[in-house]
Amino acid sequence: MTYLSSFFNEFYKIIFLLLPILVSVALIVWLDRRVWAFVQKRKGPNVVGPFGLFQTLADALKYIFKEIIIPASANKTIFILAPIITLTLSLIAWAVIPFSNKLVLANINVGILYLFAISSLSVYGIIMGGWASNSKYPFLGAIRSAAQMVSYEVSIGVIIINVLLCVGSLNLNKIILAQENVWFIFPLFPMFVIFFISSLAETNRPPFDLPEAESELVAGYQTEYSGMMYAMFWLGEYANILLLCALGSVLFLGGWLSPIDIYPFNILPGVFWMIFKILGLFILFSLVKAIVPRYRFDQLMRLGWKIFLPLSLIWVVLTASFLFFLDMLPKSG
Amino acid sequence: MKINRIIKTIFMADFISGLLIAIKQIFKSKKTINYPFEKGKISPRFRGEHALRRYPNGEERCIACKLCEAVCPAQAITIESEIRKDGSRKTTRYDIDMLKCIYCGLCEESCPVDAIVQGPNFEFATETREELYYNKQKLLENGDKWETALAENIKADSPFR
Repeated sequence: MTYLSSFFNEFYKIIFLLLPILVSVALIVWLDRRVWAFVQKRKGPNVVGPFGLFQTLADALKYIFKEIIIPASANKTIFILAPIITLTLSLIAWAVIPFSNKLVLANINVGILYLFAISSLSVYGIIMGGWASNSKYPFLGAIRSAAQMVSYEVSIGVIIINVLLCVGSLNLNKIILAQENVWFIFPLFPMFVIFFISSLAETNRPPFDLPEAESELVAGYQTEYSGMMYAMFWLGEYANILLLCALGSVLFLGGWLSPIDIYPFNILPGVFWMIFKILGLFILFSLVKAIVPRYRFDQLMRLGWKIFLPLSLIWVVLTASFLFFLDMLPKSG
Repeated sequence: MKINRIIKTIFMADFISGLLIAIKQIFKSKKTINYPFEKGKISPRFRGEHALRRYPNGEERCIACKLCEAVCPAQAITIESEIRKDGSRKTTRYDIDMLKCIYCGLCEESCPVDAIVQGPNFEFATETREELYYNKQKLLENGDKWETALAENIKADSPFR
């Protein structure tokens, strides 16, 4: 009986986390298109619902009713599994993201490692989709995507080490609490920039949207997908983008902490600040999408391996020696 | 020169100026019009759907001179005519194949009596091809329907003809 009740307790918690995330993914797609349009002096989606807010829901409904076409030469099992894996992985990572001091599904001690592991896995959905389609464009897109995600994962990892050096804990809540005095974006600003650019590459956003470069690869790994399966890739992609925005705000922008600890700001709940910061980062994501041209593949690899990786490694050494010689290393425990 | 370039790259100067331009654009007025509800302005010379006009007393303007048929580069117009009892020559058949038509406006230009004109209407899409083979009756109906707009457009454009 206690087992059952604790099961339902967890179940409700998961539903209460999952539903807002799925809804906010739908809204964020709208926001993305809207910002993109505004930069180009267009109006963007504004017909369905107030300000076109329900546009994504209408799109999703359309996808649900569309036929799912599975190519004859595709490996059926993996072909179907790929979008499911993409979506699932991008959703389960949210379990450790803290929305306030108490509001976190799983306050585990190695939260950042968990996040990192999940985001490394998310490349599998894309590779499987590209391989199982058994067609040239998805395959090329998947190869590109694998190379891209793996190389930028490395520099993100090193950047995370920078933050961890300053915190001394892998727990996301502790990382946030360590930023009470000063957000890590100020001492580690170059790392924040590199983190931001790497997360653009990690989520296949422009200027690094090579896996789905329309002008070369039709739609990359999504080419053979249709209907709900395509929509799942697309949901997973945006959930991933949101996740990296959340990670960025946890690591560098102080998560659910209010920017200044004075009266009108600190009575607002942490959730508000968390969402505010995620939104801010996301708007930056979509602004970047609107202004940049696509990178060439060799340029992308050069940026990842020859610039970002050495730079962030040097910064690790700098941070470590700075903390060591000024005796500011965090106390363990 | 080169050092300048490197500094620019490190501080992402081009990217940041681009970002600032993007942010500036966000607050500018939008150029989109909500098409079915709002429509763009069109010139009085706009070459849209064809129409055959009438005189104010209801008599057809067309005198079956067949200049339009002759000038039509797509050969979309077919005209047959006869002499009526009152001695005037009128068309018995005036067909335009709107699918052949290239909307060049030469028929309108060649017409000595401003009978065949191209109006401001461009929303005449149909579901079958057959509906786009316009006959005389359809063209005259168009003329009656759009007469005010047509007369205004011809008047507005008359100084330049």
